[in-house]
Amino acid sequence: MKAVTNYVKSLFLFELLKGMKLTGKYFFRKKFTVLYPDQKAPVSPRFRGLHAQRRYPNGEERCIACKLCEAVCPALAITIEAEPREDGQRRTTRYDIDLFKCIFCGFCEESCPVDAIVETRLYEYHFESREGSVINKQKLLENGERFEEQIAADRAAQAQYR
Amino acid sequence: MIESMIALWESLPVIVQIWIKIVVIVLPLMIVVAYYTWLERRVIGAMQVRIGPNRVGFFGFRLQGLGQPIADAMKLMFKEIVIPTRANPFLFVIAPMLTLGPALAAWAVFPFDENLVLADINAGLLYILALTSLAVYGVIIAGWSSNSKYAFLGAMRSAAQIVAYEIAMGFALVGVLVAAGSLNLGDIVRAQAGSAAHWFWLPLFPLFMVYMIAGVAETNRAPFDVAEGESEIVAGFHVEYSGMTFAAFFLAEYANMILISALTALMFWGGWLSPFEGTILQQYFEWVPGIVWLFAKTFVFMVLLLWFRATFPRYRYDQIMRLGWKVFMPITIVWILVVGLAVVYEMPWWFD
Repeated sequence: MKAVTNYVKSLFLFELLKGMKLTGKYFFRKKFTVLYPDQKAPVSPRFRGLHAQRRYPNGEERCIACKLCEAVCPALAITIEAEPREDGQRRTTRYDIDLFKCIFCGFCEESCPVDAIVETRLYEYHFESREGSVINKQKLLENGERFEEQIAADRAAQAQYR
Repeated sequence: MIESMIALWESLPVIVQIWIKIVVIVLPLMIVVAYYTWLERRVIGAMQVRIGPNRVGFFGFRLQGLGQPIADAMKLMFKEIVIPTRANPFLFVIAPMLTLGPALAAWAVFPFDENLVLADINAGLLYILALTSLAVYGVIIAGWSSNSKYAFLGAMRSAAQIVAYEIAMGFALVGVLVAAGSLNLGDIVRAQAGSAAHWFWLPLFPLFMVYMIAGVAETNRAPFDVAEGESEIVAGFHVEYSGMTFAAFFLAEYANMILISALTALMFWGGWLSPFEGTILQQYFEWVPGIVWLFAKTFVFMVLLLWFRATFPRYRYDQIMRLGWKVFMPITIVWILVVGLAVVYEMPWWFD
Protein backbone atom coordinates (compact mmCIF):
# COMPACT_ATOMS: atom_id res chain seq x y z
CA MET A 1 0.00 0.00 0.00
CA LYS A 2 2.79 2.34 1.00
CA ALA A 3 4.59 1.61 -2.24
CA VAL A 4 1.47 2.56 -4.17
CA THR A 5 1.01 5.86 -2.33
CA ASN A 6 4.69 6.63 -2.80
CA TYR A 7 4.40 5.87 -6.48
CA VAL A 8 1.36 8.10 -6.87
CA LYS A 9 3.09 10.83 -4.89
CA SER A 10 6.18 10.76 -7.06
CA LEU A 11 4.05 10.58 -10.20
CA PHE A 12 2.21 13.76 -9.33
CA LEU A 13 5.45 15.50 -8.34
CA PHE A 14 4.22 16.40 -4.86
CA GLU A 15 7.69 16.79 -3.38
CA LEU A 16 8.88 18.85 -6.30
CA LEU A 17 5.95 21.23 -6.01
CA LYS A 18 6.65 21.55 -2.29
CA GLY A 19 10.22 22.49 -3.09
CA MET A 20 9.08 25.04 -5.63
CA LYS A 21 6.69 26.51 -3.09
CA LEU A 22 9.62 26.98 -0.73
CA THR A 23 11.86 28.69 -3.26
CA GLY A 24 8.87 30.73 -4.38
CA LYS A 25 8.47 31.98 -0.83
CA TYR A 26 12.16 32.87 -0.61
CA PHE A 27 11.83 34.87 -3.84
CA PHE A 28 9.94 37.55 -1.91
CA ARG A 29 12.09 37.46 1.23
CA LYS A 30 14.11 40.48 2.24
CA LYS A 31 17.57 40.08 0.74
CA PHE A 32 20.66 39.78 2.88
CA THR A 33 23.05 41.32 0.37
CA VAL A 34 25.10 44.29 1.52
CA LEU A 35 25.69 46.58 -1.46
CA TYR A 36 29.32 46.93 -0.54
CA PRO A 37 30.76 50.24 -1.63
CA ASP A 38 27.44 51.98 -0.89
CA GLN A 39 26.61 50.11 2.29
CA LYS A 40 29.15 48.59 4.63
CA ALA A 41 28.80 45.75 7.04
CA PRO A 42 29.20 46.78 10.68
CA VAL A 43 32.75 46.34 12.02
CA SER A 44 33.48 45.07 15.51
CA PRO A 45 35.80 47.00 17.86
CA ARG A 46 37.84 43.78 17.89
CA PHE A 47 38.31 43.89 14.14
CA ARG A 48 41.87 43.12 13.09
CA GLY A 49 42.73 45.16 10.03
CA LEU A 50 45.74 47.19 8.97
CA HIS A 51 48.41 47.72 11.63
CA ALA A 52 49.29 51.01 13.29
CA GLN A 53 51.71 52.23 15.93
CA ARG A 54 50.44 54.56 18.60
CA ARG A 55 51.95 57.53 20.45
CA TYR A 56 51.37 58.82 23.94
CA PRO A 57 49.28 61.98 24.18
CA ASN A 58 52.48 63.99 24.63
CA GLY A 59 53.71 62.82 21.21
CA GLU A 60 56.25 60.29 22.46
CA GLU A 61 56.05 57.00 20.59
CA ARG A 62 54.92 54.10 22.74
CA CYS A 63 57.07 51.33 21.31
CA ILE A 64 60.02 50.46 23.57
CA ALA A 65 61.55 47.84 21.26
CA CYS A 66 60.97 44.93 23.63
CA LYS A 67 60.55 42.70 20.55
CA LEU A 68 57.75 40.64 22.16
CA CYS A 69 55.63 41.10 19.04
CA GLU A 70 58.49 39.93 16.85
CA ALA A 71 58.91 36.88 19.06
CA VAL A 72 55.21 36.00 19.20
CA CYS A 73 54.46 36.58 15.54
CA PRO A 74 53.54 33.12 14.15
CA ALA A 75 54.10 34.20 10.56
CA LEU A 76 57.46 35.91 11.21
CA ALA A 77 56.07 39.00 9.56
CA ILE A 78 57.64 41.53 11.96
CA THR A 79 61.29 42.63 11.77
CA ILE A 80 62.64 44.91 14.50
CA GLU A 81 66.04 46.56 14.93
CA ALA A 82 66.69 48.68 18.02
CA GLU A 83 69.34 51.08 19.33
CA PRO A 84 69.49 53.52 22.25
CA ARG A 85 68.33 57.00 21.28
CA GLU A 86 70.43 60.14 22.10
CA ASP A 87 68.57 60.59 25.38
CA GLY A 88 69.44 57.01 26.32
CA GLN A 89 65.95 55.57 25.77
CA ARG A 90 65.60 52.29 23.94
CA ARG A 91 63.73 52.77 20.66
CA THR A 92 63.31 50.92 17.38
CA THR A 93 65.32 52.06 14.39
CA ARG A 94 63.47 49.71 12.15
CA TYR A 95 59.99 48.24 12.52
CA ASP A 96 58.75 46.46 9.36
CA ILE A 97 55.62 44.37 8.93
CA ASP A 98 55.32 42.28 5.81
CA LEU A 99 51.59 42.30 5.11
CA PHE A 100 51.90 39.35 2.74
CA LYS A 101 53.24 37.25 5.59
CA CYS A 102 50.93 38.68 8.23
CA ILE A 103 47.93 36.50 9.06
CA PHE A 104 46.18 39.21 11.11
CA CYS A 105 46.02 37.03 14.22
CA GLY A 106 46.42 40.01 16.55
CA PHE A 107 49.08 38.33 18.74
CA CYS A 108 51.39 41.33 18.35
CA GLU A 109 48.76 43.58 19.79
CA GLU A 110 48.02 41.19 22.65
CA SER A 111 51.66 40.76 23.56
CA CYS A 112 52.50 44.45 23.52
CA PRO A 113 53.10 45.70 27.08
CA VAL A 114 52.60 49.37 26.13
CA ASP A 115 49.77 49.05 23.58
CA ALA A 116 52.05 50.40 20.87
CA ILE A 117 51.33 48.06 17.95
CA VAL A 118 47.60 47.76 17.25
CA GLU A 119 45.39 46.56 14.49
CA THR A 120 42.89 49.11 13.21
CA ARG A 121 39.50 48.69 11.63
CA LEU A 122 40.85 49.65 8.22
CA TYR A 123 40.41 46.86 5.70
CA GLU A 124 40.38 48.84 2.46
CA TYR A 125 43.98 49.32 1.36
CA HIS A 126 46.15 48.16 -1.49
CA PHE A 127 49.74 48.02 -2.70
CA GLU A 128 50.91 49.05 -6.09
CA SER A 129 54.28 47.31 -6.05
CA ARG A 130 55.80 44.14 -4.71
CA GLU A 131 57.75 46.13 -2.10
CA GLY A 132 54.59 47.94 -1.04
CA SER A 133 53.55 44.99 1.04
CA VAL A 134 56.22 45.78 3.66
CA ILE A 135 55.12 48.73 5.75
CA ASN A 136 57.79 50.47 7.83
CA LYS A 137 57.76 52.33 11.10
CA GLN A 138 57.00 55.69 9.56
CA LYS A 139 53.90 54.38 7.81
CA LEU A 140 52.76 52.60 10.95
CA LEU A 141 53.05 55.79 12.96
CA GLU A 142 51.17 57.68 10.27
CA ASN A 143 48.37 55.12 10.45
CA GLY A 144 48.37 55.55 14.20
CA GLU A 145 47.99 59.30 13.93
CA ARG A 146 45.28 58.99 11.35
CA PHE A 147 43.08 56.58 13.33
CA GLU A 148 44.08 57.44 16.92
CA GLU A 149 40.58 58.49 17.90
CA GLN A 150 39.01 55.28 16.63
CA ILE A 151 41.82 53.15 18.04
CA ALA A 152 41.55 54.72 21.49
CA ALA A 153 37.76 54.36 21.50
CA ASP A 154 37.99 50.69 20.50
CA ARG A 155 40.63 49.94 23.18
CA ALA A 156 38.49 51.68 25.77
CA ALA A 157 35.42 49.68 24.76
CA GLN A 158 37.38 46.44 24.99
CA ALA A 159 39.35 47.27 28.13
CA GLN A 160 37.03 45.36 30.44
CA TYR A 161 37.54 42.11 28.52
CA ARG A 162 41.33 42.19 28.48
CA MET B 1 2.02 56.05 -47.01
CA ILE B 2 1.24 52.40 -46.32
CA GLU B 3 0.77 51.74 -50.05
CA SER B 4 4.15 53.25 -50.84
CA MET B 5 5.80 51.16 -48.13
CA ILE B 6 4.15 48.02 -49.45
CA ALA B 7 5.29 48.99 -52.94
CA LEU B 8 8.83 49.51 -51.66
CA TRP B 9 8.72 46.14 -49.94
CA GLU B 10 7.51 44.40 -53.10
CA SER B 11 10.20 46.08 -55.16
CA LEU B 12 12.91 44.47 -53.04
CA PRO B 13 14.49 41.28 -54.35
CA VAL B 14 13.05 38.16 -52.73
CA ILE B 15 16.33 37.27 -51.08
CA VAL B 16 16.50 40.69 -49.39
CA GLN B 17 12.91 40.25 -48.23
CA ILE B 18 13.84 36.92 -46.67
CA TRP B 19 16.88 38.46 -45.02
CA ILE B 20 14.81 41.23 -43.52
CA LYS B 21 12.25 38.74 -42.25
CA ILE B 22 15.02 36.69 -40.65
CA VAL B 23 16.49 39.77 -38.99
CA VAL B 24 13.07 40.78 -37.72
CA ILE B 25 12.79 37.43 -35.93
CA VAL B 26 16.39 36.82 -34.90
CA LEU B 27 17.26 40.28 -33.61
CA PRO B 28 14.49 40.49 -30.99
CA LEU B 29 15.21 36.86 -30.14
CA MET B 30 18.85 37.69 -29.44
CA ILE B 31 17.83 40.61 -27.26
CA VAL B 32 15.42 38.37 -25.37
CA VAL B 33 18.18 35.78 -24.97
CA ALA B 34 20.53 38.44 -23.58
CA TYR B 35 17.99 39.66 -21.08
CA TYR B 36 16.92 36.13 -20.24
CA THR B 37 20.41 35.58 -18.81
CA TRP B 38 19.96 38.73 -16.75
CA LEU B 39 16.52 37.58 -15.62
CA GLU B 40 17.91 34.19 -14.70
CA ARG B 41 20.61 35.64 -12.52
CA ARG B 42 18.19 37.99 -10.82
CA VAL B 43 15.48 35.38 -10.26
CA ILE B 44 17.85 32.72 -8.97
CA GLY B 45 19.55 35.36 -6.86
CA ALA B 46 16.24 36.39 -5.32
CA MET B 47 15.38 32.77 -4.56
CA GLN B 48 18.73 32.40 -2.82
CA VAL B 49 17.96 35.54 -0.77
CA ARG B 50 20.55 37.67 -2.52
CA ILE B 51 20.21 40.37 -5.15
CA GLY B 52 22.09 39.32 -8.26
CA PRO B 53 23.72 41.66 -10.79
CA ASN B 54 22.44 45.20 -10.23
CA ARG B 55 25.46 47.38 -11.03
CA VAL B 56 26.03 47.72 -14.75
CA GLY B 57 23.63 50.19 -16.29
CA PHE B 58 23.64 52.79 -19.03
CA PHE B 59 25.01 56.34 -18.94
CA GLY B 60 25.72 56.24 -15.26
CA PHE B 61 22.32 54.91 -14.29
CA ARG B 62 22.33 51.48 -12.72
CA LEU B 63 18.83 50.44 -13.82
CA GLN B 64 18.93 47.26 -11.77
CA GLY B 65 21.88 45.90 -13.74
CA LEU B 66 20.19 45.97 -17.13
CA GLY B 67 23.54 46.68 -18.80
CA GLN B 68 25.02 43.42 -17.54
CA PRO B 69 24.15 41.22 -20.55
CA ILE B 70 25.57 43.83 -22.93
CA ALA B 71 28.77 44.05 -20.89
CA ASP B 72 29.04 40.25 -20.83
CA ALA B 73 28.48 40.03 -24.56
CA MET B 74 31.15 42.66 -25.23
CA LYS B 75 33.60 40.88 -22.99
CA LEU B 76 33.04 37.52 -24.66
CA MET B 77 33.32 39.06 -28.12
CA PHE B 78 36.74 40.51 -27.42
CA LYS B 79 38.15 37.47 -25.68
CA GLU B 80 40.53 35.19 -27.47
CA ILE B 81 39.17 31.96 -28.91
CA VAL B 82 41.60 29.39 -27.59
CA ILE B 83 41.86 26.26 -29.71
CA PRO B 84 43.56 23.43 -27.83
CA THR B 85 46.66 22.00 -29.56
CA ARG B 86 45.35 18.46 -29.92
CA ALA B 87 41.83 19.52 -30.83
CA ASN B 88 40.34 19.13 -34.26
CA PRO B 89 40.24 22.81 -35.21
CA PHE B 90 37.62 22.56 -37.94
CA LEU B 91 35.08 20.63 -35.88
CA PHE B 92 35.99 22.62 -32.79
CA VAL B 93 34.97 25.87 -34.42
CA ILE B 94 31.97 24.51 -36.29
CA ALA B 95 30.38 22.80 -33.25
CA PRO B 96 29.01 25.97 -31.60
CA MET B 97 27.52 27.03 -34.93
CA LEU B 98 25.90 23.61 -35.27
CA THR B 99 24.29 24.15 -31.88
CA LEU B 100 23.19 27.70 -32.48
CA GLY B 101 21.95 27.22 -36.05
CA PRO B 102 19.07 24.81 -35.36
CA ALA B 103 18.05 26.75 -32.25
CA LEU B 104 17.45 29.80 -34.43
CA ALA B 105 16.20 27.99 -37.54
CA ALA B 106 13.39 26.35 -35.58
CA TRP B 107 11.73 29.75 -35.23
CA ALA B 108 11.09 29.87 -38.98
CA VAL B 109 7.85 27.92 -38.71
CA PHE B 110 6.74 29.41 -35.44
CA PRO B 111 3.37 31.22 -35.73
CA PHE B 112 3.46 34.36 -33.60
CA ASP B 113 -0.11 35.28 -34.48
CA GLU B 114 -2.96 34.18 -36.70
CA ASN B 115 -1.09 35.11 -39.90
CA LEU B 116 2.27 36.12 -38.52
CA VAL B 117 4.51 33.24 -39.53
CA LEU B 118 7.66 33.23 -41.65
CA ALA B 119 7.14 29.82 -43.28
CA ASP B 120 3.67 28.36 -42.91
CA ILE B 121 4.62 24.80 -43.81
CA ASN B 122 2.36 21.82 -43.29
CA ALA B 123 4.90 19.69 -41.46
CA GLY B 124 5.84 22.42 -38.99
CA LEU B 125 5.85 20.12 -35.98
CA LEU B 126 8.04 17.61 -37.77
CA TYR B 127 10.41 20.38 -38.81
CA ILE B 128 10.73 21.58 -35.22
CA LEU B 129 11.30 18.05 -33.92
CA ALA B 130 13.97 17.49 -36.55
CA LEU B 131 15.78 20.75 -35.85
CA THR B 132 15.72 20.51 -32.09
CA SER B 133 17.21 17.03 -32.32
CA LEU B 134 19.99 18.38 -34.53
CA ALA B 135 21.33 20.43 -31.63
CA VAL B 136 22.75 17.29 -30.04
CA TYR B 137 25.26 17.04 -32.88
CA GLY B 138 26.79 20.33 -31.85
CA VAL B 139 27.21 19.06 -28.31
CA ILE B 140 28.70 15.72 -29.35
CA ILE B 141 31.05 17.28 -31.89
CA ALA B 142 32.14 19.90 -29.37
CA GLY B 143 32.85 17.24 -26.78
CA TRP B 144 34.74 15.02 -29.19
CA SER B 145 36.76 17.66 -31.01
CA SER B 146 37.97 19.29 -27.78
CA ASN B 147 40.10 16.20 -27.12
CA SER B 148 39.47 16.54 -23.41
CA LYS B 149 38.22 13.87 -21.03
CA TYR B 150 35.71 16.11 -19.32
CA ALA B 151 34.34 17.44 -22.55
CA PHE B 152 34.05 13.92 -23.92
CA LEU B 153 32.25 12.68 -20.80
CA GLY B 154 29.84 15.59 -21.01
CA ALA B 155 29.17 14.90 -24.66
CA MET B 156 28.50 11.20 -24.00
CA ARG B 157 26.11 11.98 -21.18
CA SER B 158 24.30 14.60 -23.17
CA ALA B 159 23.99 12.33 -26.18
CA ALA B 160 22.42 9.50 -24.17
CA GLN B 161 20.17 11.92 -22.32
CA ILE B 162 18.92 13.76 -25.38
CA VAL B 163 18.25 10.53 -27.25
CA ALA B 164 16.25 9.21 -24.28
CA TYR B 165 14.18 12.33 -23.88
CA GLU B 166 13.76 12.93 -27.58
CA ILE B 167 11.54 9.85 -27.64
CA ALA B 168 9.36 10.95 -24.75
CA MET B 169 9.14 14.40 -26.27
CA GLY B 170 8.27 12.98 -29.68
CA PHE B 171 5.51 10.86 -28.19
CA ALA B 172 4.14 13.85 -26.31
CA LEU B 173 3.98 15.71 -29.61
CA VAL B 174 2.29 12.73 -31.25
CA GLY B 175 -0.45 13.19 -28.68
CA VAL B 176 -0.75 16.83 -29.67
CA LEU B 177 -0.99 16.09 -33.35
CA VAL B 178 -3.53 13.33 -32.77
CA ALA B 179 -5.63 15.79 -30.80
CA ALA B 180 -5.24 18.61 -33.31
CA GLY B 181 -5.31 16.43 -36.40
CA SER B 182 -2.59 18.48 -38.04
CA LEU B 183 1.17 18.95 -38.13
CA ASN B 184 0.83 22.64 -38.95
CA LEU B 185 1.54 24.71 -35.85
CA GLY B 186 -1.07 27.30 -36.77
CA ASP B 187 -3.71 24.60 -37.16
CA ILE B 188 -2.73 23.15 -33.80
CA VAL B 189 -3.50 26.48 -32.16
CA ARG B 190 -6.72 26.90 -34.14
CA ALA B 191 -7.82 23.46 -32.95
CA GLN B 192 -7.64 24.80 -29.39
CA ALA B 193 -9.96 27.73 -30.04
CA GLY B 194 -12.99 28.10 -27.79
CA SER B 195 -11.92 28.93 -24.27
CA ALA B 196 -9.09 28.36 -21.84
CA ALA B 197 -10.68 25.01 -21.03
CA HIS B 198 -10.49 24.07 -24.71
CA TRP B 199 -6.73 24.37 -24.73
CA PHE B 200 -4.89 21.09 -24.87
CA TRP B 201 -3.38 21.36 -21.40
CA LEU B 202 -6.53 19.81 -19.96
CA PRO B 203 -7.04 16.74 -22.12
CA LEU B 204 -3.31 16.29 -22.63
CA PHE B 205 -2.17 17.16 -19.11
CA PRO B 206 0.21 14.21 -18.65
CA LEU B 207 1.70 14.90 -22.06
CA PHE B 208 2.11 18.54 -21.13
CA MET B 209 4.05 17.59 -18.01
CA VAL B 210 6.17 15.10 -19.95
CA TYR B 211 6.83 17.64 -22.66
CA MET B 212 7.81 20.33 -20.20
CA ILE B 213 10.18 18.06 -18.25
CA ALA B 214 11.61 16.50 -21.38
CA GLY B 215 12.12 20.02 -22.69
CA VAL B 216 14.19 20.86 -19.64
CA ALA B 217 16.23 17.70 -20.21
CA GLU B 218 16.52 18.46 -23.92
CA THR B 219 18.02 21.90 -23.28
CA ASN B 220 20.47 20.44 -20.74
CA ARG B 221 19.12 22.64 -18.00
CA ALA B 222 19.09 21.97 -14.27
CA PRO B 223 18.01 19.54 -12.85
CA PHE B 224 19.04 17.59 -15.96
CA ASP B 225 22.34 19.37 -16.57
CA VAL B 226 24.64 16.37 -16.16
CA ALA B 227 26.15 17.28 -19.52
CA GLU B 228 27.56 20.40 -17.90
CA GLY B 229 27.73 19.24 -14.29
CA GLU B 230 30.06 21.95 -12.99
CA SER B 231 30.74 20.09 -9.78
CA GLU B 232 31.60 16.80 -11.47
CA ILE B 233 33.02 17.45 -14.91
CA VAL B 234 33.85 21.16 -14.74
CA ALA B 235 31.59 22.40 -17.52
CA GLY B 236 31.10 19.26 -19.58
CA PHE B 237 31.17 19.56 -23.32
CA HIS B 238 32.22 23.21 -23.41
CA VAL B 239 35.18 23.19 -20.99
CA GLU B 240 37.67 24.04 -23.71
CA TYR B 241 35.64 26.83 -25.27
CA SER B 242 36.27 30.51 -24.73
CA GLY B 243 35.22 33.84 -26.16
CA MET B 244 32.60 33.90 -28.86
CA THR B 245 32.55 30.12 -29.39
CA PHE B 246 31.56 29.75 -25.76
CA ALA B 247 29.01 32.53 -26.12
CA ALA B 248 27.46 30.68 -29.06
CA PHE B 249 26.78 27.66 -26.84
CA PHE B 250 25.14 29.91 -24.31
CA LEU B 251 23.06 31.71 -26.91
CA ALA B 252 21.93 28.34 -28.23
CA GLU B 253 21.02 27.06 -24.78
CA TYR B 254 18.93 30.10 -23.99
CA ALA B 255 17.38 30.26 -27.45
CA ASN B 256 16.40 26.63 -26.98
CA MET B 257 14.89 27.35 -23.60
CA ILE B 258 12.82 30.14 -25.09
CA LEU B 259 11.81 27.85 -27.95
CA ILE B 260 10.70 25.11 -25.57
CA SER B 261 8.70 27.63 -23.52
CA ALA B 262 7.13 29.10 -26.62
CA LEU B 263 6.27 25.66 -28.02
CA THR B 264 4.69 24.63 -24.72
CA ALA B 265 2.59 27.78 -24.82
CA LEU B 266 1.72 27.07 -28.43
CA MET B 267 0.80 23.40 -28.21
CA PHE B 268 -0.74 23.12 -24.77
CA TRP B 269 -1.77 26.63 -23.76
CA GLY B 270 -3.47 27.99 -26.83
CA GLY B 271 -0.65 30.02 -28.41
CA TRP B 272 -1.92 33.42 -29.39
CA LEU B 273 -5.49 32.74 -28.21
CA SER B 274 -6.84 35.00 -25.48
CA PRO B 275 -7.33 33.28 -22.12
CA PHE B 276 -10.61 35.18 -21.74
CA GLU B 277 -12.11 33.71 -24.89
CA GLY B 278 -15.62 32.46 -24.32
CA THR B 279 -16.04 34.30 -21.02
CA ILE B 280 -17.75 37.60 -20.28
CA LEU B 281 -14.36 39.30 -20.08
CA GLN B 282 -13.65 38.53 -23.73
CA GLN B 283 -14.98 41.84 -25.11
CA TYR B 284 -12.81 43.88 -22.75
CA PHE B 285 -9.66 42.18 -24.00
CA GLU B 286 -10.48 42.20 -27.71
CA TRP B 287 -7.96 44.98 -28.31
CA VAL B 288 -5.00 42.96 -27.04
CA PRO B 289 -3.08 41.53 -30.00
CA GLY B 290 -2.65 37.75 -29.95
CA ILE B 291 1.11 38.04 -29.95
CA VAL B 292 0.94 39.62 -26.48
CA TRP B 293 -0.89 36.59 -25.12
CA LEU B 294 1.67 34.32 -26.74
CA PHE B 295 4.55 36.25 -25.20
CA ALA B 296 2.89 36.34 -21.80
CA LYS B 297 2.40 32.57 -21.83
CA THR B 298 5.93 32.00 -23.06
CA PHE B 299 7.27 34.24 -20.32
CA VAL B 300 5.51 32.18 -17.67
CA PHE B 301 7.25 29.02 -18.86
CA MET B 302 10.57 30.81 -19.18
CA VAL B 303 10.39 31.86 -15.55
CA LEU B 304 9.29 28.35 -14.63
CA LEU B 305 12.52 26.98 -16.13
CA LEU B 306 14.54 29.37 -13.96
CA TRP B 307 12.46 28.39 -10.96
CA PHE B 308 13.27 24.73 -11.62
CA ARG B 309 16.94 25.54 -11.68
CA ALA B 310 16.78 27.44 -8.39
CA THR B 311 14.89 24.62 -6.70
CA PHE B 312 16.03 21.18 -7.76
CA PRO B 313 19.36 19.45 -7.22
CA ARG B 314 20.92 17.72 -10.20
CA TYR B 315 19.52 14.31 -11.06
CA ARG B 316 21.79 11.33 -10.78
CA TYR B 317 22.65 9.97 -14.19
CA ASP B 318 20.94 6.57 -13.84
CA GLN B 319 17.84 8.26 -12.45
CA ILE B 320 17.66 10.46 -15.53
CA MET B 321 17.75 7.37 -17.72
CA ARG B 322 15.14 5.62 -15.59
CA LEU B 323 12.84 8.63 -15.74
CA GLY B 324 13.16 8.96 -19.48
CA TRP B 325 12.75 5.33 -20.46
CA LYS B 326 10.69 3.75 -17.69
CA VAL B 327 8.37 6.55 -16.62
CA PHE B 328 7.85 8.99 -19.46
CA MET B 329 7.67 6.45 -22.27
CA PRO B 330 4.83 4.39 -20.70
CA ILE B 331 2.93 7.50 -19.65
CA THR B 332 3.04 9.00 -23.12
CA ILE B 333 2.13 5.74 -24.86
CA VAL B 334 -0.85 5.16 -22.56
CA TRP B 335 -2.02 8.71 -22.97
CA ILE B 336 -1.72 8.61 -26.74
CA LEU B 337 -4.13 5.65 -26.60
CA VAL B 338 -6.49 7.64 -24.39
CA VAL B 339 -6.35 10.64 -26.70
CA GLY B 340 -6.80 8.39 -29.72
CA LEU B 341 -9.96 6.90 -28.24
CA ALA B 342 -11.22 10.34 -27.27
CA VAL B 343 -10.72 11.55 -30.82
CA VAL B 344 -12.29 8.46 -32.41
CA TYR B 345 -15.37 8.68 -30.19
CA GLU B 346 -15.42 12.50 -30.50
CA MET B 347 -15.35 13.22 -26.82
CA PRO B 348 -16.94 16.59 -25.98
CA TRP B 349 -15.93 19.27 -25.79
CA TRP B 350 -12.41 19.10 -27.11
CA PHE B 351 -12.77 16.68 -29.96
CA ASP B 352 -16.36 17.03 -31.14
